[in-house]
Amino acid sequence: MTTTDNAPVNEVGTDRVKRGMAEMLKGGVIMDVVDAEQAKIAEDAGAVAVMALERVPADIRRDGGVARMSDPDMIDGIQAAVSIPVMAKARIGHFVEAQVLQAIGVDYVDESEVLTPADYAHHIDKRQFTVPFVCGATNLGEALRRIAEGAAMIRTKGEAGTGDVSQATTHLRTILGEIKRLTVMDEAELFEAAKLMGAPLELVRETASLGRLPVVMFTAGGVATPADAAMMMQLGTDGVFIGSGIFKSGDPARRARACVEATAYFEDAERIAKVSRGLGEAMVGISADSLGAGELLATRGW
Amino acid sequence: MSDTPRVGVLALQGDVREHDRALRAAGAEPVHVRRLADLERLDGLVLPGGESTTISRLLEVFELLEPLRERVRDGLPVYGSCAGMILLADEVLDGRPDQQGLGGLDVVVRRNAFGRQVDSFETDLAFEGVGDVHAVFIRAPWVESTGEGAQVLARVPEDGSAAAGRVVAVRQGHVLATSFHPELTGDDRVHGLFVQMVKEAQ
Repeated sequence: MTTTDNAPVNEVGTDRVKRGMAEMLKGGVIMDVVDAEQAKIAEDAGAVAVMALERVPADIRRDGGVARMSDPDMIDGIQAAVSIPVMAKARIGHFVEAQVLQAIGVDYVDESEVLTPADYAHHIDKRQFTVPFVCGATNLGEALRRIAEGAAMIRTKGEAGTGDVSQATTHLRTILGEIKRLTVMDEAELFEAAKLMGAPLELVRETASLGRLPVVMFTAGGVATPADAAMMMQLGTDGVFIGSGIFKSGDPARRARACVEATAYFEDAERIAKVSRGLGEAMVGISADSLGAGELLATRGW
Repeated sequence: MSDTPRVGVLALQGDVREHDRALRAAGAEPVHVRRLADLERLDGLVLPGGESTTISRLLEVFELLEPLRERVRDGLPVYGSCAGMILLADEVLDGRPDQQGLGGLDVVVRRNAFGRQVDSFETDLAFEGVGDVHAVFIRAPWVESTGEGAQVLARVPEDGSAAAGRVVAVRQGHVLATSFHPELTGDDRVHGLFVQMVKEAQ
């Protein structure tokens, strides 16, 4: 472990410090970066965290093949370059990749459908870890199952690497709509809802009484412009992940700053207009509609 | 003077909602601060937990840095938790060289002093004027040294760790700061102390 000896040894890795870490990211943008230079650009722009990975989703999509956890050397380089939190991705179900990421001291593990799954039945038992996890979800049942497994943060999946925000919109609206419906249910209805969505009753009850997920929920997958980011915020997400959208565009530094500002001032159309000017080319993008069933990443996760 | 002070919560990024709740429970009315106009008629201000580099950049971009510095200098009661403490410190170690703060606290603060997220922890500590408090530290800073005007309110307990005895809560007149996040525990006494400070300043 590269953890320091400074922290008192008792009470690390509690639900409160794991979920609390995500609370501190709210209202922010988390950016995919593939090297130290990009990480610096993200930090300079005001990103609240970076996601270290070898290939952004657009390239994973283009290259095909098996996508795995990044080389620890590459993650080390990014950790050394920035002072903001560094996240990294493990394959769905690949608990040893997650152990490795914890051992090298990443701040958050993303058990991600963007990588090729390692287990087509099980997700990682995330409660066994000190490091917190973020997981993707397309609906409330999926989100609550991930939380039951120990996820301390949820992100809607969208369709990563497309630059098409429609799937992110669908997943966010789906989850928020399902939560709204829970809030007006009586106990018998909650029981039925838990059964139908395949989620633990306790978490269903907690979500109903809070009127939101018990953990922070970000949006991911296809966010490519400041207006996309602000739209997700207006719909009710806590913050956004931007994957390929920044560094696959014409002027990454400028676009990164613009997305951070639009996320902070998501209700201020004049400011969003101002930061949207002269950004250069956005990532080319693929309409998620044109993808075959085998090319969809969002359907990974069970 | 009204019985319910209006306390701004800097709402550029971070755990704003948690501070809203704690302030309400402590008898204040939280008001979100994003623009210059939001600074009108505030009795106090909270700088939430979040990413200090992000908040610092947004303060500059949205031209709030100087006006806020001025308000703090003029005696507006301010409370900062975690990132908020970093913003209030006169000197920051391990920050970005271009990181801008508000100042107001005559202390040197070390960013991410306890380590990475895997080192984030909870512990009980004695908080002067409040009592025993359960404290949640998340990639937290600590106070490396304090100047003459700053009063130490809490330290990491003597638990045998390298962090034992480190200063994690300070007050200097109308400025209060904690390394940890009382807003996450549902115990509103630290916010109660701040609301008391706000009322005394009115």
